[in-house]
Amino acid sequence: MLEIKNLHVSVEGKKILKGLNLTVNAGEVHSIMGPNGSGKSTLASVLAGRDGYEVTEGQVLYRGEDLLGMAPEERAHEGVFLAFQYPVEIPGVGSIQFLTAALNAIREHRGLEELDALDALKLFKDKIKALHVSDELLGRSVNEGFSGGEKKKNEIFQMAVLEPTLAVLDETDSGLDIDALRIVAEGVNALRSPERAFLVITHYQRLLSYIVPDFVHVLVNGRIVRSGEKELALHLEEYGYAWAGQRDPTGVGSG
Amino acid sequence: MNTPEIEALAQREYKYGFVTEIEQEFAPPGLSEEIIRFISAKKGEPDWMLEWRLRAYRYWKEQYEAGKEPQWAFLPYGYGPIDYQAISYYAAPKQRPESLDEVDPELLATYEKLGIPLEERKWLAGVAVDAVFDSVSVATTFKAELEKHGIIFCSFSEAVRDHAELVQEYIGSVVPHTDNFFAALNSAVFSDGSFVYVPKGVRCPMELSTYFRINAAQTGQFERTLIIADEGSYVSYMEGCTAPMRDENQLHAAVVELVALDDATIKYSTIQNWYPGDEEGHGGIYNFVTKRGACRGARSKISWTQVETGSAITWKYPSCILQGDNSVGEFYSVALTNLRQQADTGTKMIHIGKNTKSTIVSKGISAGRGQNTYRGMVKIMKGAEHARNYTQCDSLLIGDKCGAHTFPYIEVKNRTAKMEHEASTSKIGEDQMFYCQQRGIGMEDAISLIVAGFCKEVFRELPMEFAVEAQKLLSVSLEGSVG
Ligand SMILES: Nc1ncnc2c1ncn2[C@@H]1O[C@H](COP(=O)(O)OP(=O)(O)OP(=O)(O)O)[C@@H](O)[C@H]1O
Ligand SMILES: [Mg+2]
Repeated sequence: MLEIKNLHVSVEGKKILKGLNLTVNAGEVHSIMGPNGSGKSTLASVLAGRDGYEVTEGQVLYRGEDLLGMAPEERAHEGVFLAFQYPVEIPGVGSIQFLTAALNAIREHRGLEELDALDALKLFKDKIKALHVSDELLGRSVNEGFSGGEKKKNEIFQMAVLEPTLAVLDETDSGLDIDALRIVAEGVNALRSPERAFLVITHYQRLLSYIVPDFVHVLVNGRIVRSGEKELALHLEEYGYAWAGQRDPTGVGSG
Repeated sequence: MNTPEIEALAQREYKYGFVTEIEQEFAPPGLSEEIIRFISAKKGEPDWMLEWRLRAYRYWKEQYEAGKEPQWAFLPYGYGPIDYQAISYYAAPKQRPESLDEVDPELLATYEKLGIPLEERKWLAGVAVDAVFDSVSVATTFKAELEKHGIIFCSFSEAVRDHAELVQEYIGSVVPHTDNFFAALNSAVFSDGSFVYVPKGVRCPMELSTYFRINAAQTGQFERTLIIADEGSYVSYMEGCTAPMRDENQLHAAVVELVALDDATIKYSTIQNWYPGDEEGHGGIYNFVTKRGACRGARSKISWTQVETGSAITWKYPSCILQGDNSVGEFYSVALTNLRQQADTGTKMIHIGKNTKSTIVSKGISAGRGQNTYRGMVKIMKGAEHARNYTQCDSLLIGDKCGAHTFPYIEVKNRTAKMEHEASTSKIGEDQMFYCQQRGIGMEDAISLIVAGFCKEVFRELPMEFAVEAQKLLSVSLEGSVG
């Protein structure tokens, strides 16, 4: 589903990703771990198409097509979803209005009929209830004044509504209490299917005991220095990133 | 045209009453006493009205000859000099297009986007419409309903004829002709406009809209409106409409006067969408408007809400004079400048009575090469014990060729006053845009959403129907501002 080949990315002239390789197949959950500033969010941003990231080398194929050539909204239409590390507040814009616009844009692309306001609202209420998140969030402006945890839960709720094919979760577990963590994990697990893939960026092995990944990759200094199965996360917890780097100094990861 | 000829014309005019074959008549360009007499005669006005016009004209002439056309508005692009002697102050209606086929396709495309019904498109584009036009019958039904409550809602000309005592008492009492250059000009030559009187204790049962006064709708150039809300009454008035109005007349100088007596409330909502000109700033209306409300009575309230998206230049400060104790003034504004538009708009709140309270919420949006200025004055007079003002002034920039400017003036002469002022300027956030796009919402829709969110506090003051239209209008006005 996703093939990242020798990806080099610079931000404002500074090299951040330095030859990253990663293959994710449909049905798989991959976790990416790595120290602060190693380039995890950069990878997520490049996949989603945020401005300001210069790809100097390499290629990204999504379902066989050149992902980097698509506008951000096209990627969303094609099923790419990013749960933001820092979800953005949009003052004055109602959550329902926002999500209805998003959903209908995606539905239109998929050749589905537009949902009217009433059906959309019903869908949102069902989805938010299934996640055990308070539907009070629906009545507010997008992320405005939400607590850190509410923002993260809201990302998962949006994911549940938009039903992506490839979901990238950037530290969705950071700053969550144990109940919220479970909500996030259940949200992901409910969507897991042979047609979908997940890229879960996290610092904590804790999340991975709820969302059990098929593969774990360690990103250090713009490269994947080590890949393994779920046990790798436990080793990392014990020995730290320096250890991961030492054991695979060539930085050629595989998945 | 010399005087005897004009008088002869006027004579003939009297014979036929108000609505006659105006197509065949016109005033030559230029402004003079003769022209004022001609206009007044043409309308069959009584002497006092003519005298009033002439006084205004003489004042204007003095100002004009002394070179006192106001220059203080902040208009970075400036504008060409206005040749007042080249304007025709009483022109016969323009040749109307016979059908929509003769109308600018670009204009029609915009109507389509705004979802305006076909019959109304014709009217808006100035095509002669036949009598079966829906709104005509709607208007008639409305009129009957209003009469039942004793509410007067008619054209200004009719009011001069049928309600002279009211007009005489209140005209110029809020905006005297000496107020400013353009108010003087309007007072001298005003073409027509609306008149509203709501009797004591009556709550007007519907939104009054110029839209329903079709025959008076084509009087954009020198419009004059007077609304009087008698004790304990309530009225909500809507002016303008979202469809872009094209007008050959470049200069617009309207005057609006509102009077609220004890316990009366007037809510005045405007959507202004005159032709803004092209990307280089060619064409486009100069909109120099004087709008003011007097809260004369105790506990009276005047609330202005405006959505300004049109015109090449807007120069407009709907204001409130808070004379009555415990009276309330409000100003909610969205001003959008795109292309090469320039807007200098805001309000004045003059606190005179005790416990008077004012609220100002201004939202300026600049896109393209638009220049948007908020200019506001809050004045607390000596006797205004415990006056309060809250001002919030936000600017949103889209792109980097536009500008936002704010000039708040505050003058406080009473120590018990409480003033709050908040201001912000933000660029439309790249992260907000990206967030929307990541969810599948395209750039233009994302901008519309974010802008609508930014304007929410103002939109919610608009009558429901108007609010929906206003939101659509902003989206259309912003089209092509990204990329
Ligand atoms: N817009 C930018 N301008 C300058 N430097 C940037 C920019 N965006 C990212 N960087 C830098 O790129 C590096 C990688 O950042 P990134 O956000 O991808 O790290 P991360 O792995 O997600 O870290 P964390 O675990 O702290 O979230 C950092 O050194 C960061 O400062
Ligand atoms: Mg990060």
